[in-house]
Amino acid sequence: MSVKSSQLLRLENVCKSYNNNLVLEDVSFSVSRGETVTLIGPNGAGKSTLMKISLGILDVSSGDVHRAKKISIGYMPQKVMIDDVLPLSIRDFLYLRPNTTYDDIEEVLETVRLPHIADQPIQSASGGEMQRILLARALLGKPDLLVLDEPVQGIDILGQQEIYGLIAEVRDKTNCGVLMISHDLHLVMASTDQVLCLNRHICCSGPPEFVRNDPEYYALMGRPMEGVAIYTHHHSEGHDHQYHSHKSARDNHDHD
Amino acid sequence: MIDQFIINALIAGVMVAAIAGPLGCFMVWRKMAYFGDTIAHSALMGVALGIAFDSENPIIMIGTCSAVALLLLFLQRDRRFSSDTLLGILAHSALSIGMIVISMMDRFRTDMMYYLVGQILAIGIDDLYTIGAVVVLSAIILYLIWRPLLSITVHEDLARIEGVKVDQIKIAYMLLIAFVVAVALKVIGVLLITALMIIPAAAARTLAKTPLQMIIISSGCGIISVITGISISNMWDVPTGPAIVLSATVLFLCGRFFIRARA
Repeated sequence: MSVKSSQLLRLENVCKSYNNNLVLEDVSFSVSRGETVTLIGPNGAGKSTLMKISLGILDVSSGDVHRAKKISIGYMPQKVMIDDVLPLSIRDFLYLRPNTTYDDIEEVLETVRLPHIADQPIQSASGGEMQRILLARALLGKPDLLVLDEPVQGIDILGQQEIYGLIAEVRDKTNCGVLMISHDLHLVMASTDQVLCLNRHICCSGPPEFVRNDPEYYALMGRPMEGVAIYTHHHSEGHDHQYHSHKSARDNHDHD
Repeated sequence: MIDQFIINALIAGVMVAAIAGPLGCFMVWRKMAYFGDTIAHSALMGVALGIAFDSENPIIMIGTCSAVALLLLFLQRDRRFSSDTLLGILAHSALSIGMIVISMMDRFRTDMMYYLVGQILAIGIDDLYTIGAVVVLSAIILYLIWRPLLSITVHEDLARIEGVKVDQIKIAYMLLIAFVVAVALKVIGVLLITALMIIPAAAARTLAKTPLQMIIISSGCGIISVITGISISNMWDVPTGPAIVLSATVLFLCGRFFIRARA
């Protein structure tokens, strides 16, 4: 199968196991230009593993990963802590990316609206500023695909909206694809096209308003506002992930 | 008139300190102080091997230190043991092998102390050439890899995705430490070599605003410590290695007070 021209990344039937322990089972999805795909799932669901496979820094046990030719990938890691023992300004942190000029740095700092603090030590940045710095670093390579690992972790609501706003702005301006991990569906609702609910396998997928009403989603993520969700065992062999929910009741002991 | 052996000691000490500081900065940033100790302990095994083969060729020492560094990288692939534990196993095994081999050779038993704290006043012209060659080579390699090495230090996965050859750079850095420790052994000894890397780097932290500044200042602090230490040792007849280390400690404390006073 050939990769469609607008498709940046496609995973087909990807499985990954560590020491005979299956952490990802038969995962397929794709990310196209201008599209935002969000991965949600509980701790230990394999989100980070899937992200590393998408980035190409981890090999699959079976299945295929197709990346469009010569695409540049921008990666925003989860929460970076830089020890005080390293004297590093925000500008110097951004300059660590290979083949970066100071003009490039000014440009991305403008994009994330942080030029005024560029010369401060990076350790003095607040949680929200740090995430914007990491976004700036990801943008330095003029990415075709942005991969974001929990971009709003540990940030207040206002800051979260700001980050999601910036990501959507960049996506619309550069027509890049976005793949991100998030804990909270409600926060990403407005800015995502496709949601994948992951718990080792993809439990359900589709547009956010669709997934929001899916019993599989409650089973996985809970529904704190309305008490404990009732988990129904319902099997289906559907394998079309595009805008269809397919259910397979497995390993959700918490909700049984 | 200053004696020739003092001049040799000064030249050797200054050369080693000039490279030990920058390498020590990365050791401090990467929290790898114990790695330096491990390599120093395995250097003693190198000494023992040298005695066993009846050779003073520095290649034996460099080879032994490098082998231990690479062995560590290999063992680190087994995630069941932390680097901490692996370093402990390697350091003490190498040290024990070294001590047993040395103890079996009667003529060297009395000289054990030299390897532990160094014998900087016994450095000859040949030693100067060896140290000089290793220091210049190490400085060139460090100059070539320092930016990617810094990037790995800040965030390994990010560096990898941005195209940095993470594994090659890490191996190069570990080998640099092995090289420098191997030639610094005679200058400052197994017990104190890590101090000459860590303390000037820590002293430089309080004054530096950028990584490059910290590297340069640490070199300077190391060089000042060596000169002061050798002078003190010469004046008051105390062991040279410890005098160098304590000079560095005083510099570190001065830096701290300087910052306090300014704040």
